[in-house]
Amino acid sequence: MNQLIPLIPLFPLIGFLIVGLFGKKISKNSISILASGSILASFLVSVAVFVQVQNSASHAITVNLFDWISSGKLHVSFSFLADPLSALFLLIITGVGFLIHVYSVGYMKEDEGFHRFFAYLNLFVFFMLLLVLGSNYLILFVGWEGVGLCSYLLIGFWFKNTAFNNAAKKAFIMNRIGDLGFLLGILLIYLTFGSINYIEVFGQAKFFSSEQPVITAITLLLFIGAMGKSAQLPLYTWLPDAMAGPTPVSALIHAATMVTAGVYMIARSNILYTLSPFSMQVVAIVGVLTSLFAASIGLFQNDIKKVLAYSTVSQLGLMFLALGVGAYTTGVFHVMTHAFFKALLFLGAGSVIHAMGGEQDIRKMGGLKKYLPLTYLTFLAGTLAISGIFPFAGFFSKDEILAHTFEHNKFLWFLASIASAMTAFYMFRLLYLTFFSGFRGTKEQEHHLHESPKSMTIPLILLAILSLVGGFVGIPEVFHVSHWLNGFLAPVFADSEMKTMPEYTHHGTEITLILFALSVAIAMIYLANNYYVRLGKRPPEEGAAIPPFQKVLYNKYYVDELYTTVFMKPFNWVSDKFYRFIELRFVNVIVNSVGEGVSWGSRTLRLLQTGSIEFYLLIMVLSIALILFVR
Amino acid sequence: MQTIHNIPMNMYLLLSTVLFSIGVFGVLLRRNAIIIFMCVELMLNAVNLLFVAFSAYLGDTQGQVFVFFIMAVAAAEVAVGLAILTMIHRNTGSVDIETLNKLKH
Repeated sequence: MNQLIPLIPLFPLIGFLIVGLFGKKISKNSISILASGSILASFLVSVAVFVQVQNSASHAITVNLFDWISSGKLHVSFSFLADPLSALFLLIITGVGFLIHVYSVGYMKEDEGFHRFFAYLNLFVFFMLLLVLGSNYLILFVGWEGVGLCSYLLIGFWFKNTAFNNAAKKAFIMNRIGDLGFLLGILLIYLTFGSINYIEVFGQAKFFSSEQPVITAITLLLFIGAMGKSAQLPLYTWLPDAMAGPTPVSALIHAATMVTAGVYMIARSNILYTLSPFSMQVVAIVGVLTSLFAASIGLFQNDIKKVLAYSTVSQLGLMFLALGVGAYTTGVFHVMTHAFFKALLFLGAGSVIHAMGGEQDIRKMGGLKKYLPLTYLTFLAGTLAISGIFPFAGFFSKDEILAHTFEHNKFLWFLASIASAMTAFYMFRLLYLTFFSGFRGTKEQEHHLHESPKSMTIPLILLAILSLVGGFVGIPEVFHVSHWLNGFLAPVFADSEMKTMPEYTHHGTEITLILFALSVAIAMIYLANNYYVRLGKRPPEEGAAIPPFQKVLYNKYYVDELYTTVFMKPFNWVSDKFYRFIELRFVNVIVNSVGEGVSWGSRTLRLLQTGSIEFYLLIMVLSIALILFVR
Repeated sequence: MQTIHNIPMNMYLLLSTVLFSIGVFGVLLRRNAIIIFMCVELMLNAVNLLFVAFSAYLGDTQGQVFVFFIMAVAAAEVAVGLAILTMIHRNTGSVDIETLNKLKH
């Protein structure tokens, strides 16, 4: 039965190899079947492994494939670890991944890079599975870099567009900054514990006392890695730009799976984080600030995908807030529900963009409810879920985060509540502007409007159902039902939660909190409805005068401009100076003179080879004479 | 035998060296292919002379056996070499080796 686990990443790898190598020669139908089929196979195996993990006594299965690196005291085996945490991620990745593959078959049908797209997508799933299955930090790192690569390839998928290529480079380079921190963190773990294997590291960590500087350093370095990959302040600017990629990519990589790798990594290292309350505090503060910051930018964006991108950044911030206050289960719970509803929202947005013929500006949409009824209904489900309306999935996970934050720190709770109130507002703003009132696009576009094909709508429906029921795995205990997810993930977080979790909130307080959050969300929806539907307000057109406050938000707080001034320009200046002085005056001179020296030597030696036999003979005789006499 | 021993060994060495040097300088300095060819023969014969002289002085017949071999090879070489020279003369109308530089460049 254990032999099943290596199959999970193997299927997408085989899919990638076949589609990547022979994609040009086989038909689009076979590509679709191969690529989606490999993910489906992985999903089925993941379900089997999930059941097995749940039933096994130790709740963790290790499969050792081979010894990978063995050097001095460092021993790294290439082995997989299936425990409740990785099993849950496996299901999310392969399940949502499969639906997105099916969706892409319809979405990418007309694209000339069809086979390339599916090859990359399969490769991405392979690396993502490696990331969550690895039993040590090195395999995690390999998967981490691999998904970064696939993200780069897929953001720049339409590589003829320079802006898209720049977005891809931006994502890659920003991630590099985080990865450096992550790598240093891993090295520090090795120096401290003498191993990078999860089981050994965490086994030793249990005996460390709290507040050791080295643990704080490790956790902060790891968190820098998470900041890059999961788009937290200050390394978040790549994610909104990453929307340059095809929409299914945004759904799979930049919403449901890859960006949650940071959450996975911190949840995985929960024992280390628990040992360092300072790092936990940093994680929580960065999380809540990111959430607030991104949500406020989301309020005034006009690109349908940009709104969703900022909302993703904001939701990721909430997940980190949950981790930072020690509610690891809740963080993972939100990863799961977020994967459902955010994938749904992105795919819904993709369906809209598909119908609009590539238009992404919500000012040019409107009234699409009539033309795209299925897309509208599913998008509505996703919007209700992200806004935290009962009984959709987001309600449960978000309220759990808020409740845990409330216990931990009232001020953080206040900020997080504002962020989630803004979420409800901008998501309904998006919904109303896109689907309500009259159509604002061109006549041609209106004529072209159509509901998407079945391969696109079926994943939408399935994800809408998941967004509706996904929250029921974590019903708060207020309702006198057992919290299934808590029980399931308990083996992973047991050692930490003993230390961090205070008493459960007073039930009365929790109900008050839930009612408060719910009423705020409903108030926000009412506000959005009032403003955009009843009063029929529209976002200002391009170039129109807008109030200063709104302008700052619309321009994303000028963070990109700030980074350009503070980092890019000095960097370019230094590069330019290096080019002028060191490269031209120093390196070039040395390299060129070596080349010229060799060339001069050859030119001179060439003269010896005259082609006249007498000369050769003379040289021969003289040489023989020389040899004889010298001896 | 007696006559041979009456002449000191040094004389043979000297004669042989002179003959060999004439051969070398002839090869180096002359243009005419036939003369060069003869100079090569001269060098071979200088060596032959040395072989027989040492053979007689040391009472060892090996040197004389070697001389026979050299003569046989030289005869074959002359046959081939002269044939080539005839062909060169037929094609270029001269036996000057300077004309034979067509393979240069």
